[in-house]
Amino acid sequence: MPEPSVLHDTFVIERLFAASPARVFAAFADPVRKRRWFAGEASGEFRCDFRVGGAEFNRSIMGDQTPFPGTPLVSDGVFLDIVTDHRIVMAAAMSLGERRISTALTTYEFRATPTGSTMLFTHQAAFFEGSDGPQMRRAGWEAILSRLDQAVAGE
Amino acid sequence: MTSTQEIDSVFHALADPTRRAILARLSQGPSSASGLAAPLSITVTAVGQHLHVLEASRLITTRKQGRVRTCAVAPEGFSVLERWIGHHRALWEDRFDRLELEVAASEEP
Repeated sequence: MPEPSVLHDTFVIERLFAASPARVFAAFADPVRKRRWFAGEASGEFRCDFRVGGAEFNRSIMGDQTPFPGTPLVSDGVFLDIVTDHRIVMAAAMSLGERRISTALTTYEFRATPTGSTMLFTHQAAFFEGSDGPQMRRAGWEAILSRLDQAVAGE
Repeated sequence: MTSTQEIDSVFHALADPTRRAILARLSQGPSSASGLAAPLSITVTAVGQHLHVLEASRLITTRKQGRVRTCAVAPEGFSVLERWIGHHRALWEDRFDRLELEVAASEEP
């Protein structure tokens, strides 16, 4: 096992919509619609119980353009706070393969603007040693180098 | 280094097939410079020049103990963790691209 360690990381993404906060919020509240945008085509399994204390589970297989192609990625979360049309707060743990690699607090804030709305997404995460263990590092490097070789061969 | 210089330096380092072969070998575990030279059928001096380029772009680290220079894939710089965090953000950007389409296709509730 690699030495236990934690790396904290926060990033913010802001998106503008030509739609009211209620219309954006509706895409979160309906599990069928949320699966379409949240899980995408890579989704193998998605469950969402949209209420405070409700669980959200997503399992997908990482694609060719990711650091770990073919590896299952599981997100296991719970809704901590929901204010209709205004705010959603979730806590989630992510596992890559057999290993728990990070936990994150994710906050969505929806605000009306003259042209529609903005969504402010704040992702505050703790990444564990499992996300950079020797095996992961080796698998990642091998994947990168093999893709690099293919790219160079295709030139 | 600015990030653009850093990326240029990494691409320059990776553009050479011998340097990629050295990285592929080091991704299996640390090695001495002479241990890298033998399977590639090049001189230790030539390996040393390639190692210098790889080290300058922070893809590897080297450590000299006595007469032996040991090389390893860099634990930081171009680490999987950094790429993982970068990928993580890209994952969310992709999600929100799909959210925009999902919202655009909807009606006012």
